[in-house]
Amino acid sequence: MRTGLILGAVLAGLALCAAAVSAFWTPHDITRMAIADKLLPPSGAHWLGTDHFGRDMLSMAMLGAQTSMAVALVAVAIGMALGVPLGLLAAARRGTWMDEVVMRGNDLVFAFPSLVIAILITAVRGPSAVNAMVAIGIFNIPVFARVTRGTALPIWVLDYVRAARVAGKGTALISLQHVLPNIAGLLIVQATIQFSLGILAEAGLSYVGLGAQPPTPSWGRMLAEAQTMMALAPHVAIIPGLCIVLTVLGLNLLGDGLRDALDPRLRVVR
Amino acid sequence: MLRYLSSRILSLGLSLLVASALVFSVVELVPGDPASFMLGTGAQPETVEALRRQMGLDQPLPLRYAAWLGAILQGDLGTSFTYKTPIAGMILERLQVSLPLALMALALAVAIALPVGTFAAARRGKAGDGLVMGAAHVGIALPNFWLAMLLVLVFAVRLRWLPAGGFPGWSAPAAALRSLILPAIALALPQAAILARVLRSALVETMGQDYVRTARAKGLSAGQALRRHALRNALIPVLTILGMQFSFLLAGAIIIENVFYLPGLGRMIFQAITQRDLIVVQSAVLVLVAAVIAVTFLVDLAYGAVDPRLRRP
Amino acid sequence: MIRLEDLSVAIDGRPVLQGVSLDLPPGRVTGLVGESGSGKSMTALAITGLLPDRARASGRVLLDSRNLLETPEAAMCRIRGSRIGMIFQEPMTALNPLMTIGDQVAEVLRLHRGLDRRTALAQARERLDRVGLPQPRFPLTLYPHELSGGQRQRVAIAMAIALRPGLLIADEPTTALDVTTQARILDLLSGLARDEGMALLLITHDLAVVAGMTDHVAVMQSGRVVEHGPTEAVFRQRRHPYTRQLFAASRHVPARIPPGPATPLVQVTDAVREYRLPGGGLRALDGVNLTIARGESVGLVGESGCGKSTLARAILGLDTLQGGHIRLDGQDIAAVRPMPRKARARMQVVFQDPFGSFDPRWRVDRLLAEPFHLTGRPPDWRDRVATTLTEVGLDPDDARKFIHQFSGGQRQRLAIARALIIRPALIVLDEAVSALDVRVRAQVLDLLARLQAVHGLSYLFISHDLSVVRGVTDRILVMQAGRIVEEGTPDQIIDAPRHDSTKALVAAMPKIPAGWL
Repeated sequence: MRTGLILGAVLAGLALCAAAVSAFWTPHDITRMAIADKLLPPSGAHWLGTDHFGRDMLSMAMLGAQTSMAVALVAVAIGMALGVPLGLLAAARRGTWMDEVVMRGNDLVFAFPSLVIAILITAVRGPSAVNAMVAIGIFNIPVFARVTRGTALPIWVLDYVRAARVAGKGTALISLQHVLPNIAGLLIVQATIQFSLGILAEAGLSYVGLGAQPPTPSWGRMLAEAQTMMALAPHVAIIPGLCIVLTVLGLNLLGDGLRDALDPRLRVVR
Repeated sequence: MLRYLSSRILSLGLSLLVASALVFSVVELVPGDPASFMLGTGAQPETVEALRRQMGLDQPLPLRYAAWLGAILQGDLGTSFTYKTPIAGMILERLQVSLPLALMALALAVAIALPVGTFAAARRGKAGDGLVMGAAHVGIALPNFWLAMLLVLVFAVRLRWLPAGGFPGWSAPAAALRSLILPAIALALPQAAILARVLRSALVETMGQDYVRTARAKGLSAGQALRRHALRNALIPVLTILGMQFSFLLAGAIIIENVFYLPGLGRMIFQAITQRDLIVVQSAVLVLVAAVIAVTFLVDLAYGAVDPRLRRP
Repeated sequence: MIRLEDLSVAIDGRPVLQGVSLDLPPGRVTGLVGESGSGKSMTALAITGLLPDRARASGRVLLDSRNLLETPEAAMCRIRGSRIGMIFQEPMTALNPLMTIGDQVAEVLRLHRGLDRRTALAQARERLDRVGLPQPRFPLTLYPHELSGGQRQRVAIAMAIALRPGLLIADEPTTALDVTTQARILDLLSGLARDEGMALLLITHDLAVVAGMTDHVAVMQSGRVVEHGPTEAVFRQRRHPYTRQLFAASRHVPARIPPGPATPLVQVTDAVREYRLPGGGLRALDGVNLTIARGESVGLVGESGCGKSTLARAILGLDTLQGGHIRLDGQDIAAVRPMPRKARARMQVVFQDPFGSFDPRWRVDRLLAEPFHLTGRPPDWRDRVATTLTEVGLDPDDARKFIHQFSGGQRQRLAIARALIIRPALIVLDEAVSALDVRVRAQVLDLLARLQAVHGLSYLFISHDLSVVRGVTDRILVMQAGRIVEEGTPDQIIDAPRHDSTKALVAAMPKIPAGWL
């Protein structure tokens, strides 16, 4: 159990570091093309080789991490900022028309996968990283609303909430003081999961050209460009893919590990 | 049951109505005039005016929506502005690729996930569980289009067992099926991993329930209690995920079609986007969304079939 | 015939059962009594071979001279359900929600007898008739959610006895049920044991249930049987100090000063509360009148669903009435919505569940100070927390602890402290001692009596069980279907009940025969 948490933290931490460092420094300048050095296998000068324009793959991958993480992070922020309050509201007003409206609205948004939202936005606004953020973020809203409501509902029937009502507290105050702190752990776990899904979704969107546009590097577009060359130089297709897999795997292991660490059933002392 | 059914049908109709309004109104978000947007900057004013009339842009918005919806209900999805052909026919043709692909992937995902998830739950905490769930963790992290690329590299380029892309059409059924095998596997594996994990945790949860203890006290072995009592109860959360997965499979199919050059709905949408053919995008997206909503409706009905508590009169 | 010889169980090396020996001959009802954690349920699980994976058992569990502890799992599966039947405490969750009751009973018959579905269902019908779920009211096609708790427990019994096992183990079978339902289920169990010649092992924390039901009794304390023998002899002689303590605690009546001249504190008149339900309206309160005087303890007794909780919620201002008045010190507080803070601050509550009553993320000082929300937090609130902790018998240093560091009894003291801190005039005790072990319950009742004497508090004791409230109240009200049907002193109510529903409650009360005491 613990090994998963540590492995996850290490993998996710590495990806985060790579993304952070790439903002100031990369091993090579990727704006300069060197066609003579194209499709070189990994070597001392280029640890992960070069792509079809002779750009350093390690530098590209680091910048790609930055793009992926930025998009996924903003998307999670959008989802939480809107989804958590909606979920808290629905749980506090459970069984009323307000709950019904929020949840039906959720179901409706759920019918628009982030790719479909991205298609719609792109069709009218043109592709960009911001569109990807918004598209994934909108899809995250019902996810967080649902998780928030689902975990908050069992809290509302507990005696300590009834005791707070006897102490004269209203639903808003109880939601903030009792409900939110008690579901925060699970929300954090959900955030890591949505973060990893966001990275996958961003990769998919940029692969089909609906995400970050050139010259901003992104893992998905690196894969799209590698497709025709992968028989010649498999490393150009394998490296960005491995970046995605390891980052997503790390985040998922981290989320699972955190959930086990936070599981109330393991903490109950009777 | 009747009450449950009618409330679900009402909800289905309402969802479809709101979803169609959402999809329709997206065109309104176009900066400036949709017709000149679609035709580009170099268009003749007369052509723009003609398209405006064809799209009914001279009419007020609610009227336009009503007309659009009315046409759709009669099976008329409009005419493609690029190809000048009815969109309904185009979509129907493309669905012949996309729908079998999504269904094959779904069937494959379930066929893999059911035994794997049950196996892991039955030996939870043991080596087999750890191994299988570790593999599932990696499976979830795989982007399906990358998996598709690797599959092509191995099975098409190196081994030459299966085609790397393209679609011969259903007139050659065997070849058509062969060309869908790799795409279906690429779509199914990550979904199977998710489903197996959900099934395992649902099973572990239900196996801790009192009624499973009751079953054991009746003389059922651990395996019998799992199959006869825990599995059916665990199907309820699995069903939820299954419904959601269909929407991901449809979306995933759009991407995978691009890897394998399959003439499905996804390829059509991307071509339409590059050609700025908003009418096609709008109609195709509506079909996608309607399919997801319809699946949600079917999942709701399945709930009612599985769980007698929902059928309460 | 089942015999336990020197049975010991350890979980992760920690002993939970030590040298338990017990005979369970056919036709005999044996009681296994003790407080929570004494190893009662573990004994049952050891007999059936359903111990948790990490548990290690030694000694012998003999069924016809075969040691069940060494019997392979496949053979145990053939024994469970056919030779040994078992029912558990929680009837609401003990049945598979997706299977009809007919199929669930038939499953035992099909499994062990290899019957086809139709024959098995026909026999299941017979068994359900036997446990008091006859046609046509209870067809085989019902699902568990269509039954009440008592009815579900009957289904569980039907499954356990379907193959007429030699031993039936009932683990707290009635603890989750109303008193009148409990009486009927216990009747059913003893009748079955007698008619079928089964050995019945009845596990319970309730001495009175043991007295009324069993031939033999074994008293358990921390994993050991400290005393056993014929029930009457054990009850009369009480050789072991632990048995004596249990006895004293279960009959404990705290010393109380009767209240002075009656000044009404709370007056409820003609209270009406209706709920709209899919099947029509439910009148939870149907013209309820109730007065609680200053310094008085009033008991409110009735079966679940009779409206007593709704009444409590209305008094506390958590729910609004559709008709009638609630006066506090003569002022109508139900007319103003929401109920004014000053009025609410005069009333506090203690709930049943000592585990769910506190936010696990807050420290004790913050938890106890929460009711100050009604009055404004005074500058010396930390001193007030410390004083109140001392008052309920805890340490002022406990203020910085989290709730999981306390035992169930201590938590109930904290709940009382939380209710007490703003010095209310009335404390509603909603099944507040029902979940506690008898010795802890006695201590908490003493504490409540002391606090009442010091602060002149009024109490409203709400319970489904007359025996809980008889020793601690001045007056008891019996509620049924949204109405108060009888009112009187505890002695009047219990010795000379007039209303049918009171009579039923009194008759259902498990009692230790007077001569045994």
